[in-house]
Amino acid sequence: MYSDKIKEILAQHGKLSLDVNTLTDTSNLYDAGLTSLATVNVMLAIEDTFDVEFADSMLNRKTFQSIDALVEALEELTAS
Amino acid sequence: MCENHDALSQAYLNYRAELIEAGLLIPSGVDGVYGRGGLFEDIIQRFEALVTQAGAPFKPEVMRFPPIVSRQTYLKTDHIENMPDLMGSVHSFCGNEREQRKMVEKAHAGEGEWVEALSATDVMLVPAACYPLYPAATGRLSKEGRLVDLKTFVFRHEPSVDPARMQSFRQREYVRLGNPQQALSHRNEWLERAEKIHRSLGLDVQVVAANDPFFGRAGKMMKASQLEQELKFEIVVPICSEEKPTAITSCNYHLDHFGLAFDITTAEGEPAHTACIGFGLERIALALFKTHGLNPQAWPASVKKELEL
Repeated sequence: MYSDKIKEILAQHGKLSLDVNTLTDTSNLYDAGLTSLATVNVMLAIEDTFDVEFADSMLNRKTFQSIDALVEALEELTAS
Repeated sequence: MCENHDALSQAYLNYRAELIEAGLLIPSGVDGVYGRGGLFEDIIQRFEALVTQAGAPFKPEVMRFPPIVSRQTYLKTDHIENMPDLMGSVHSFCGNEREQRKMVEKAHAGEGEWVEALSATDVMLVPAACYPLYPAATGRLSKEGRLVDLKTFVFRHEPSVDPARMQSFRQREYVRLGNPQQALSHRNEWLERAEKIHRSLGLDVQVVAANDPFFGRAGKMMKASQLEQELKFEIVVPICSEEKPTAITSCNYHLDHFGLAFDITTAEGEPAHTACIGFGLERIALALFKTHGLNPQAWPASVKKELEL
């Protein structure tokens, strides 16, 4: 369920160079054109949508590298 | 921790007092804002001659911009997103005579609110010497790309007692605009060249991966990203502290950030990549005075020879 919502956020804030619907859950988002500044906008949109706050230790490129990685981070945040 | 912090503050204050006493810096009453004495300027000019000499074989285009930049250009750089706390905005009075009289009354009465009568102008203080270049470079580059030599006073709102953390200081830059390979080579080659120049002046420098002082939580993400991608390197040297050396020169690879923002393309029509080396002129002079003493005539012979002192 997180995955669909994340795709919507990526479509709106990711400024990707390709259609979000062509991404698999493991596609590398940086290869798809995600810039550092767009990553920040995706981060803020995810925080607003799911009412969470990324831990400082999660604020790195790895957390945002794929939809799977983002789902994993969200599961960790909502479990605690 | 507190003790260390106090010791460091004291080291800053001591060095600043020595520089002022020697007439190298002239205080203004505001932390981080100083006049420069003749000897200080002389060392900067001699250092710059070395930078000019090192760049000469590559035939850079020389451009000089004033220390202000249009608000429109400023907004395109993303500085407002990344470092809002460091910005400087230029305001002026645009009211009528009655409003002016009120403003003067308030100002003379020592009321800080007189500034409320001011309005924003079309310009901002420039935060980096290369910003004014990008709108002037909009368009398609040749296959060779471009190399530009820049220098101006930049502004950073970060008042500090550390004499090396000035609010207004000069950056001398070489900026490369081209394809990714050209930009990256520029960054890497100049990092090496600059390290040699600094070492030839007896500065015990180190090259370290670095990040810009991005603002807030979003800034944490930007910092991590910049470090992981190795986009920024600084040449650091101890000035007031061995543990906390000061960055005197920085080499940055901007990827296609400015190419996209200012519609600068390669000969093939791809967004241009850019990179820069920026020498922090005042910090370099401060490092030299700290390392070798306040009297350049007593500096090591090899350093005097390099600087033609």
